[in-house]
Parts: sequence; C-alpha cells; structure tokens
Amino acid sequence: MSQTVLILGATSAIACATAAAFAARGDALFLASRDEEELKRIAADLRLRYGVKVNHGIFDAEATDTHEAFFQSIISNFPDLSGIVLAFGYLGDQQSSRDFKVSAKIISSNFTGAASILGLFANHFETLQQGFIIGISSVAGDRGRQSNYVYGAAKGALSLYLQGLRNRLYHSGVRVITIKPGFVDTAMTFGLPGMFLVASPSSIGNGIVASLGKSSDIVYLPWFWRYIMLIIKHIPEFIFKRMKL
Amino acid sequence: MALLSTSLSGWGRYPVQSCELERPERFALLHPNAEHLIARGQGRSYGDASLNENGRVLLTERVNRLLEFDLEHGVLRAEAGVTLAEILEVIVPKGWFLPVTPGTKFVSLGGCVAADVHGKNHHHEGSFGDHVQSIELILANGKLLHCTPTENQQLFWATVGGMGLTGIIGEVTVKLIPIPSAYMMVKNHSADNLEGLFTLLQSPASDDRYTVAWIDSMASGEHLGRGVAMGGHHVEVEELPGNFYRSIKPERRHSIPFNFPALILNSKSISVFNSRYFKREGGRRHPFLSGYDSYFYPLDRIAHWNRLYGKRGFVQYQCVIPDATAFEGVKHLLEALSSSRRPSFLAVLKRLGPQGRGLLSFPMAGYTLALDLPIRDSGLFVLLNKLDEIVLQHGGRVYLAKDARLSSQKFREMYPLYAEWLKIKHEFDPQNRFSSSLSRRLKIGESA
Ligand SMILES: Cc1cc2nc3c(=O)[nH]c(=O)nc-3n(C[C@H](O)[C@H](O)[C@H](O)COP(=O)(O)OP(=O)(O)OC[C@H]3O[C@@H](n4cnc5c(N)ncnc54)[C@H](O)[C@@H]3O)c2cc1C
Ligand SMILES: NC(=O)c1ccc[n+]([C@@H]2O[C@H](COP(=O)([O-])OP(=O)(O)OC[C@H]3O[C@@H](n4cnc5c(N)ncnc54)[C@H](OP(=O)(O)O)[C@@H]3O)[C@@H](O)[C@H]2O)c1
Repeated sequence: MSQTVLILGATSAIACATAAAFAARGDALFLASRDEEELKRIAADLRLRYGVKVNHGIFDAEATDTHEAFFQSIISNFPDLSGIVLAFGYLGDQQSSRDFKVSAKIISSNFTGAASILGLFANHFETLQQGFIIGISSVAGDRGRQSNYVYGAAKGALSLYLQGLRNRLYHSGVRVITIKPGFVDTAMTFGLPGMFLVASPSSIGNGIVASLGKSSDIVYLPWFWRYIMLIIKHIPEFIFKRMKL
Repeated sequence: MALLSTSLSGWGRYPVQSCELERPERFALLHPNAEHLIARGQGRSYGDASLNENGRVLLTERVNRLLEFDLEHGVLRAEAGVTLAEILEVIVPKGWFLPVTPGTKFVSLGGCVAADVHGKNHHHEGSFGDHVQSIELILANGKLLHCTPTENQQLFWATVGGMGLTGIIGEVTVKLIPIPSAYMMVKNHSADNLEGLFTLLQSPASDDRYTVAWIDSMASGEHLGRGVAMGGHHVEVEELPGNFYRSIKPERRHSIPFNFPALILNSKSISVFNSRYFKREGGRRHPFLSGYDSYFYPLDRIAHWNRLYGKRGFVQYQCVIPDATAFEGVKHLLEALSSSRRPSFLAVLKRLGPQGRGLLSFPMAGYTLALDLPIRDSGLFVLLNKLDEIVLQHGGRVYLAKDARLSSQKFREMYPLYAEWLKIKHEFDPQNRFSSSLSRRLKIGESA
C-alpha cells in the first residue's frame, strides 16, 4: 500500500534528496514550503523519475496561525500519511546575531515554527499510535560558537524539543528521529568560508531515509560528525571560549 | 546569494582561470545578477567557453528538473541543468533515446543546445538543435522568452550553437527518438590508409545510422590515416539472441585519482597502444552486441580521464572540412601532425551532414577530425596555428566547444554568419552582458 510522507521545507536541496530517496522506495509525497512555483517543478521531477504520486502546497513555518488549517488539510486529504520530515531552516548571516530582528527570524524559522507544526502532528500520530517524525536539526545545535550561535541556539532548542517528544511518543509507538547533518553542499553553505568535509545532499537524503530502518534516535550525517562533535563538546569551556570558531 | 571564488577550467584543464561562481538552486534565481556573466553546465567543453576570468560564472547544475515527458510522442521538457545521463535513466526504460548525443553523457541539456552538439549520426539526423522544439531563454534584461524555430526564431537560431552568449537557457523541450531495445549492433571495418577510411565512411556497406572512425594517429607514410570505421544501430528485438531481455547492468566506473605524469602518454606508448587497438578492433569483422552505454560513452567508464594528460592539461583540436576538399585537408592535417612528432592519443574522424540553421553552429557537410593533444610546451600552439591555416585553406572551421586558442581573426573567417548573429546579439544583449573568456578572446560581441 502506498504511504504518503510529508516534507516541510521541500525546496531545500537536502529535502529534495530526501524526497527522492523516499520516492525511490515507492512512497508518495506531499511537498510543502513557501515557494509554490519551485514546488511544482520538484514535484514534476519526482513523478517522472520515480513514478510516484506527488502533491504539493504552501506552508510557512513562521505563520504559525496557519498551521492548524494546513495540518487539517493534510490529514483529511492524506489518510495514508505515514510520517513527516521537517527540513526547513534558516541560517541568517553571520552578523545577524547583533540585530534582534534577524535573530527573531532565525529563532522563529528554526524553532518556534517547528514547535508549532510538530505539536499538531505529534498529537495526531499519538492518537493513531503510529507514524514517524524526522527533524533536521544541526551539529551547530550541539555547542554555541561565536559565528552562528543564534542559529545554533534555535537548532539546539529543536534538538531538545525532538528529544522530549521522542520520550513522550515512545509509549505510543511513534518514531522520532533527530538528524544532525554536518556541512552539506547546499544553497545555505555555498561560498561560505570555513567549510570542510562537505557532504553531498544526496548522501544526506539517503542517510535520512535509511535511518528509519535503524535503531538510532539521534543520527549524525555523515556518521563521523558524531565523533567530531563528541570532541568539540568535551573541550573545556575555559579553552573553548578563547577559540575562534 | 553567496559567491564562491575559485580557479576553474574546462575538460581539457587548460586554461585554468579564477572565476566567481554562483549556483542558484531555484528556477526563478536563474538571472543575470552580474554585469558580465556566462552560464556553465557540466564544464565538459574543453577550453574556455564556460569560463569567465575574474568574472561571474553561473552554474546551472542544481536547476535540473525533468518537467514533462509525453510518452506517446517522445517529447521531453526539462530544465537545462539536467544531464543527459539523468535523462537516459528515465527515457531508455520507456523505449526512447536522445536524438543526438555527444561522446559523453555527463553534459547538460543546456550545454548541448548552446554548443549545438553533434553525434555519430549527424550525417543522417543533424545536430542537437534540429530536434529542439523550444527553449525558455533568460535574457540580459532578466525576462524569460519562449523561443522556437518559428517563434522568436532569430533568437532561437542565435542561441542554438551560440555558446551561452545570448542568455541563460532555462528550459529545453526536445523530441526524442523511439528505440526498439537498449542494445546496439556494432560492426567494425578497418582500412590500411586514409583513402580506405574515407571510402568506408561513404559506402553504404560500412556506414550505419551511427558511424565514427578511429584513426591511428601515429601511423605515417603509406599507412597514414589507417583506422577502423565503427558503425552501429539500435538493435531490433528480432535481432536479439533469444532470452536476451535481461537489463544492461550499469558498468563499473573507474577513476583516475591524480594527475598522471604527462610522460606516460608518449609517442612510444601511444604507438604501442594504437597498433594493438587497430589489430583488435579492426579484427572484429562480425557484428557484435553492445550496451548503449559502452557504445556511445566508452570514455565515461573512467572518471576524470582528463587527468591522464598531466598537470598542464591538453587541447582538443576539432575541425571540419567540407566534402569537396575533405580528403586533401585531413591528409594535410595528419601529415602536419605526424611530422611534428607530437602524439595525439585520440584521433577521430566523422562524417557530418548539411549545415543546420544555428548561426554559430559548428557542423557543415564534410568530415570532422578531432585530436587530443597534451600541452608539453608552447610549441604545440605553433603547430595548432599551422593546423588552423590548413583548415582555412580547405574552407573549414574549428569547433568552439573544444577551442582554447583560436584567434579572433580566424574565427571571423571560419564563421561567415557571425555578422548576422551579431545583429541579434546587439538587439537582445546590447551591453554584452553574456560574455565568457572565449568570447573575449575571440572578440565575439565586437564588430564583424
Ligand atoms: C569526452 C567528451 C566527448 C565529447 N564528444 C562530443 C561530440 O561527440 N560531439 C559534440 O558536439 N561535442 C562533444 N563534446 C563536447 C561537449 O558535448 C560540449 O562541449 C557540451 O557543450 C558540454 O556540455 P556542458 O553541459 O558540459 O557545457 P559547458 O562546458 O558547461 O558549457 C559549454 C557551453 O555551453 C554554454 N552553456 C551551458 N549551459 C548553458 C545554459 N543553461 N544556458 C546558456 N548557455 C549554456 C556555456 O556558456 C558554454 O559556452 C564532448 C566532450 C567530452 C568531454
Ligand atoms: N547545509 C548545511 O550545511 C546544513 C547543515 C546542518 C543542517 N542543515 C539543515 O538542513 C535543512 C535544509 O537545509 P539546506 O542546507 O538544504 O538549506 P536551504 O537550501 O537554505 O533550504 C532551506 C529550506 O527551508 C525552507 N524554509 C525557510 N524558511 C521557511 C519558512 N519560514 N517556512 C517554510 N519553509 C521555510 C525553504 O523553503 P522556501 O524558501 O521554499 O519556503 C527551504 O526549503 C535546514 O533545516 C538546515 O538548517 C543544513
């Protein structure tokens, strides 16, 4: 039986690759973001390449008052919804941490908006006693660094939120997976200085779908970031605060 | 959108120039954002066509979606950044194939239109542009224009073969050809000298839908121009041996991990290789089956094979000489090459059919010769200038998609429709916004 996976923030390269990996195993898709023209193109492409059903619609993470209606339309039109992938995110620029307006946008895009829409689907899956929620957080949420700590704080909050949700939904048989990518070659990072060990979006997309078949709850992609972050998290604060990161 | 400053080259790894890359991921972001810019697909042109020294290069690789596929009529609409490899994966299982394909599938759809590429079937089926039904072109003023052979046709034919200098090709609609199977039936014929090879390429007994000849570039004297003509066609189901409908396995790809010392490919090693190849391929008299991949894209099995030519890179010299003077011209070229004692690892001869409508397109009725020449010293460029003279004397031209060193003067002599092209360029891009290292070198955009 075909199952539908909802992808939020579906225009991102990581999300496209994840959608492709779901489509390759035969899942139907619903793609959502703010850019309808782009979604149309991505949907057509996935249909042609993988022969699966793909629908799309508008979703704005920051417009939390629209989330209930969006949620209702998804669950009424797609009773076969098997899970959701939360892929949207907003890096903002390096200087942004000085201006609260920009910080607020980073926080509402990456965290507040996520908490709002995740809450709705969490209740739904909890009632059904099935389903999965995959949230794309970031290694940036593991430790605050001067270059992007507002984004890091929002992603860190998302990681904690997903962790709590996992604990709550465990007893209802709902899977909650936290994905923590390292650097990925997308529009978000293209041309930024200081990138290393950059992974392709398709390797991340495949890793995300593969995580459903494994038991890990917190998945670093590629895997070695778990160890890089382990080291980074263990650098004593009195040394860390002196470092330029 | 952030930009990436990096050094960049074409497939020949010469020249290497510093460029400022922009990589949009959305169709709406395909836009001339810089004062001067050039689009780049997969960078499989050999020279400086998709470079812009100290200027902007717009990468189309992420705007690569398939949009529409009419299964009944074989019409495909896709974004220009998609590669032929990706297209084949979708269309071959449905019984369709590209109407024209270059010798690698790792090129973009946009690059095929911009260079108006030709395949082994040009003498029967024309070049890529002949099969394009429409393009969506992003102009210098940022507007999107629908161009077809009948609507905005001047701009259409200035863009087909126009090397990205009229705008950014956003979408392409192309008519595919039906195929009965994913296999090719191939037959080789060998000839002991150039005359024999020309005869093979002309004779219906050895010519097929797709035909190409490999030349032993190291042979000289009475064996000058000896080689093997290889003809092929898509296999009819009846031609397939029984139970032969297992699918073709994707071939394993090997990779050249680093730059080879250029000396490994020297006259001696190439001579040895060529003699063996001539014996082996020339000896395959009987038709044999081949997967379409290994037939059309033998070099694609080795990733980064361009690194074999060493750090200094190489030049592919490809020219065409019209029918009437072709034999003499090719003979002179091979003689000049062999007396220069510069080994060419690859030498390929193909027949081309009538010139198409692309104003700057390369093909014309005649024979095209392609040579891969490693750059060892500046003497190579002296030789290439000499080859240009021979080509011009015989009424031919050099292929811009392979070029890294032609002069602006000779370009004008080789492309007589340039003046007509320039009028259209002036109309749609008066500020010369779309320009590349190639266009500056050849002064394309400046007076005829
Ligand atoms: C192994 C090999 C075999 C080949 N065999 C053949 C052959 O048999 N026949 C043949 O004709 N060619 C052949 N080529 C050349 C190749 O097909 C062409 O150079 C082709 O243009 C490469 O496509 P690309 O996407 O890599 O383009 P690039 O190299 O990135 O660009 C080539 C030109 O196209 C323009 N361009 C690319 N995309 C766009 C766009 N979206 N909008 C506007 N302009 C654009 C660029 O500005 C540039 O001028 C071969 C190349 C290789 C490496
Ligand atoms: N690239 C990396 O190195 C990296 C590393 C770790 C984690 N990540 C995370 O991976 C995810 C995908 O990132 P990417 O690199 O592919 O980024 P991207 O190309 O910048 O994509 C961001 C995506 O978020 C969507 N989005 C942003 N704000 C939104 C909003 N208010 N409402 C709805 N959608 C919104 C965008 O969709 P629309 O604009 O179409 O609405 C777009 O699809 C993000 O969560 C990112 O934080 C990326």
